[in-house]
Amino acid sequence: MNPAPAAAVPRLHPKARLQRDEVRGRDVLLYPEGLVTLNPTGAEILGLCDGVRSVADIVAALEQRYGASGLVQDVMSFLDGLGAKGLVIYGR
Amino acid sequence: MDAKPLWLLAELTYKCPLQCPYCSNPLDFAGSRFKHELTTEEWSRVFREAQALGVLQLGLSGGEPLLRPDLESLVATAQQLGLYTSLITSAHRLTQDRLAALKRAGLDHVQISVQAADAELSDRIAGTRAYRDKLAAYHFAKELGFPLTVNVVLHRENLHQVEALIRLAESLGAERIELANTQFYGWAFHNRDALMPTKAQLDAAWQVVLRERARLGSRLEIVWVLPDYHEQFPKPCMGGWGRAYMTVTPAGEVWPCQAAGGITTLTFENVRDRSLEWIWHQSDAFNRFRGEAWMPEPCRSCARRTVDFGGCRCQAFLVAGDAALTDPVCSLAPHRHVIDAAVTQVERAAAARVEPTALTYRAAPASRALAAKG
Repeated sequence: MNPAPAAAVPRLHPKARLQRDEVRGRDVLLYPEGLVTLNPTGAEILGLCDGVRSVADIVAALEQRYGASGLVQDVMSFLDGLGAKGLVIYGR
Repeated sequence: MDAKPLWLLAELTYKCPLQCPYCSNPLDFAGSRFKHELTTEEWSRVFREAQALGVLQLGLSGGEPLLRPDLESLVATAQQLGLYTSLITSAHRLTQDRLAALKRAGLDHVQISVQAADAELSDRIAGTRAYRDKLAAYHFAKELGFPLTVNVVLHRENLHQVEALIRLAESLGAERIELANTQFYGWAFHNRDALMPTKAQLDAAWQVVLRERARLGSRLEIVWVLPDYHEQFPKPCMGGWGRAYMTVTPAGEVWPCQAAGGITTLTFENVRDRSLEWIWHQSDAFNRFRGEAWMPEPCRSCARRTVDFGGCRCQAFLVAGDAALTDPVCSLAPHRHVIDAAVTQVERAAAARVEPTALTYRAAPASRALAAKG
């Protein structure tokens, strides 16, 4: 699968659900017969995948929130990883 | 050891309109052990206790879970707890209204079985006319926006249809197809000689899977459940005994997997008597094969013990007569010869074109007759 361009709009596939795992104190992405454990940053990125923001918008939001720069590669590789599993799709 | 369960399979009832001869339910499903089904309130408590224990994934299965009139209410309870709910169904007599009600209750995912790619063979294997309802239900599921898994148990009589089955799942817009080679427990063990495919059949089907995976990519996930009698090493059954998974039976017994109740040397606790937390952490049945201390040789000193956990305890019990032995499927196991003999017998019979013995269909009278015979 090709990496998505920065202008692409990522969203969770409807089969996937972001869920707080209270017992283990973490966030997880649940889907049919599986789950992905998320670190706090991953959960935050997915929280911003609202079907409106583009990858570039998400990067900008995170960079502003943390006063950081150069997050674009991290965000894209995270989303591509979930895209390869069919858990993140692109398009409004 | 930080073992918290992630998965709960709730077998809501063992009643089922289908009679598939490889059913994973116990042979004695019609007996008194499973007769007094848990109430709505009892299941709700089980779900609450499971969530508090760490469960995130809930399978609603059976038998046929649609036969529980309180299914919508149980789904709603699970949804409020944040559990990801999968309905595992034959879809017999499933209407669009019922499925829509389940959607409103919060059901996340639907898995519908089919017995073969065409009505004639599918209905013959199911022992009842079910194919038409299934096709309709697949369409209802997609129209309602459910992620859909098509599940097929594979065996000698339908392995040649793997390509047609994948094409069916593709045409339905399913997200997943589970091609589950028959695992020999319960009814499937009873019918083993008639169900077991030849090596040539398995190899041909596997080539189709490889080709179709390359063609479909992430559009359709093709799950291939290994035919373990034909493997060199055992499966990592349930990801290890008492590590991530439990089954609750219709009458409330808690098992480390859906076949474990057949291990007659273990005593299983019931949610009517104990909390799920106590059963998971404290019960003898769950602790007996946890970790590595129970392992015999060749597992104990084997590098693969952290990969396959010694394989399947139920298979050791069924085939080798002792649940504490190495899974006899393992090529290093002292009882591998029993597996080899079963495989060889099937190959010889197929080569000589001997008709397999008749299948025993899963039905209450057959269940009672088998139980009476012991």
